[in-house]
Amino acid sequence: MNKTWNNKAWFMVLPVLLLVAFNAVIPLMTVVNYSVQETFGNNLFFFEGVKWFREVLHSERFHDSLLRQFFFTGTILAIEIPLGVIIALAMPRSGIWVPVCLVLMALPLLVPWNVVGAMWNIFALPDIGLMGYSINALGIDFNFTRQPVSAWFTVIVMDVWHWTSLVVLLAYAGLRSIPDAYYQAARIDSASRWAVFRYIQLPKMKRVLTIAVLLRFMDSFMIYTEPFVLTGGGPGNTTTILSIDLVKAALGEFNLGIAAAMSIIYFLMTLLVCWVFYSAMMRGEDE
Amino acid sequence: MKRAGFLVPFLYIVFLMLPIYWLLNMSFKTTNEILGGFSMWPADFTFDNYAKIFTDPTWYNGYINSITYVAINTVLSVAVALPAAYAFSRYRFLGDKHLFFWLLTNRMAPPAVFALPFLQLYSAIGLFDTHLAVALAHCLFNIPLAVWILEGFMSGVPREIDETAYLDGYSFPRFFVKIFMPLIASGIGVTAFFCFMFSWVEMLLAKTLTSVAAKPIVATMTRTASTSGYELGLLAAAGVLTIIPGAIVIWFVRNYIAKGFALGRV
Repeated sequence: MNKTWNNKAWFMVLPVLLLVAFNAVIPLMTVVNYSVQETFGNNLFFFEGVKWFREVLHSERFHDSLLRQFFFTGTILAIEIPLGVIIALAMPRSGIWVPVCLVLMALPLLVPWNVVGAMWNIFALPDIGLMGYSINALGIDFNFTRQPVSAWFTVIVMDVWHWTSLVVLLAYAGLRSIPDAYYQAARIDSASRWAVFRYIQLPKMKRVLTIAVLLRFMDSFMIYTEPFVLTGGGPGNTTTILSIDLVKAALGEFNLGIAAAMSIIYFLMTLLVCWVFYSAMMRGEDE
Repeated sequence: MKRAGFLVPFLYIVFLMLPIYWLLNMSFKTTNEILGGFSMWPADFTFDNYAKIFTDPTWYNGYINSITYVAINTVLSVAVALPAAYAFSRYRFLGDKHLFFWLLTNRMAPPAVFALPFLQLYSAIGLFDTHLAVALAHCLFNIPLAVWILEGFMSGVPREIDETAYLDGYSFPRFFVKIFMPLIASGIGVTAFFCFMFSWVEMLLAKTLTSVAAKPIVATMTRTASTSGYELGLLAAAGVLTIIPGAIVIWFVRNYIAKGFALGRV
């Protein structure tokens, strides 16, 4: 669509700009400030240069939580995207069951994040939770507060429970935009189920799936509340992903310099992914 | 084959409902029964947990506080996002693409990064522990979200409508309120829903910015969980009550959920 050039449009954007800048720029500058200074309390600060950045980038703790973060993100993407596509393909395309399915599937997306954590905590407790009890009844020793493997399993299943529906809804929206004529043509050509998927459905879903992958990637990088309420980063540090580590350093230990340097590195990473996301979106729009 | 196809969504929905069922189950049990052992349904069915929440001010005030700041935030976000989204969808102006991208980065900013600076900022301007502080803080991600979703809906309205209205002698404000807003009414509804939702589910910032007077329900829950030991029944009942608002409004936006999550771009 061709738009008219009009710099007065700035006035319409101004309120948004002021409100968001107040919330984004001031805190960000605070973080930048801390990241280059050292303090011994009493509000006395002096310039330290890149000391904190060097310290963070060389600290094993940061490497470990970053590694855990990538493991978490990689695992949930590998599960949620294919699972979401399979479910979307199996959904009925019309009929009274469609709205019912959509509403039930969207339900987890609307549960407050700490309730998701609390709910899964109760659900996975080995002695009184349905999941924990059932797994133990099968003869597998399962206790997410003590065993790292069980803790990871619970965190990942929780995220699959929470966010797979997002992929389903997006993929389903993509599928619904395919005109019936395409399927009729495929039937005339007696195309196989796989061919229909590969040459009709997948290309039509490409755009929404790109959005789904990038959204899941970014949101899994931001995730804090659910794993924090579920495991608190434990047992030990085994499920301490990036954001949990960051809040621990900033609000728990008041290690301002380290926390600020971590924040900035963290923020730059999300910024990079954000740029990829934006480019993908805008390219999709131009097509 | 046809049968098997329906099995997949069915099993998935069962998987989704199990933890919710467990939460409901727990909320109708007494604490003694919960700690007593494993059972599939409450033997001693009780409404005590819910009664406690509705009579104890520390509990029900949590809900009132949450609803207050969520409402302020939703109104504020949609009100300022409407003209901005119109500008982005209709005009080119200096720095528009950069600005649009910058907004998106705030939607993607990890709240964990902002928790401590927010605490200092809102303490410095004397808003700490007020509803307004949380409502303003949530603008960080809700305004970008609102602008993006609304822009998606507005771009679907042909420009000819604007031009015809101007030719008919409509002034901009009158055109916007009388003609344009009714055209994107569903978009405004969906945007309000998403602002409501993301403000409702967020906890880290809401918890950091409040202590007593504006303490949200989500913070009440985590603090109860840690201080008074194992009142699981109460916690479960509080959890069930936080799910209900979302479950009610979701029916109205069921066809737009995908569009909202994709920031107006499906």
